[in-house]
Amino acid sequence: MKIEHVEGKKAGKLMLYALSTCIWCKKTKQLLTDLGVEYDYTFVDLLQGPEKDETMKIVEKWNPECSFPTLVVNDSQCIVGFKEKEIKEALKL
Amino acid sequence: MSEENQISQREIGLEYERYKREAESSGYHLNPDVAFTRGLIDGLLVNERRYGYRSCPCRLASGKKDEDLDIICPCDYRDPDVMEYGACYCALYVSQKVLDGTQQLTSIPERRPPPALRKKAAAEPGTAKIGTLPLPVWRCKVCGYLCARDGPPEICPICKAKKERFERFI
Repeated sequence: MKIEHVEGKKAGKLMLYALSTCIWCKKTKQLLTDLGVEYDYTFVDLLQGPEKDETMKIVEKWNPECSFPTLVVNDSQCIVGFKEKEIKEALKL
Repeated sequence: MSEENQISQREIGLEYERYKREAESSGYHLNPDVAFTRGLIDGLLVNERRYGYRSCPCRLASGKKDEDLDIICPCDYRDPDVMEYGACYCALYVSQKVLDGTQQLTSIPERRPPPALRKKAAAEPGTAKIGTLPLPVWRCKVCGYLCARDGPPEICPICKAKKERFERFI
């Protein structure tokens, strides 16, 4: 899986599954950037073949609806959609 | 993979005007946040180049048209989402209340059934039957338009969805 890393202050392990064409994903990514936290992300729509299938299995495990953005916090909590308040709470910001 | 599907601002602008005109003429409203809406139209055009059809920019397309028909914009879920949440899933289309600013947009839950349920639904044909009708009734899955004729129209006269978006209703 092609994972991009964004440097920032540590607020836990953040993995964002997003689509490159989705504006809500873009907003979520921008929110994390604005908060200045460290996070990883991948654009699932730009993946191909088995890589895409494997990634979708992970997304499905966290979010059976397989919708985006799916943000996984500390391998324990999943936030689906652009939910500013929930994301800030999860990051204790 | 590098994205080589960059769409020009001019193209986005032309499509934006067309979407707006068509929406307003059939009783729908585009999101009044122009930058946001242009971003969505950019995504639709990228998807058209990528897959050959304008699937929802906020959903993952399979690349197989038959499996993605329900999420080709305007998607099958637009009208119920606009009714319930004031906007469709990606928020390209909004309700009059959102347009007027009396309703706030929130994150909209996914109405599209998950992959396993979609396959199941596709395998089960509709059950409504009225044996005495002289013609079958076709329903546009996008806007709900009904017509009684031998086959569905080429294009929905109400929302301009293509023939493939019709289902046999009765």
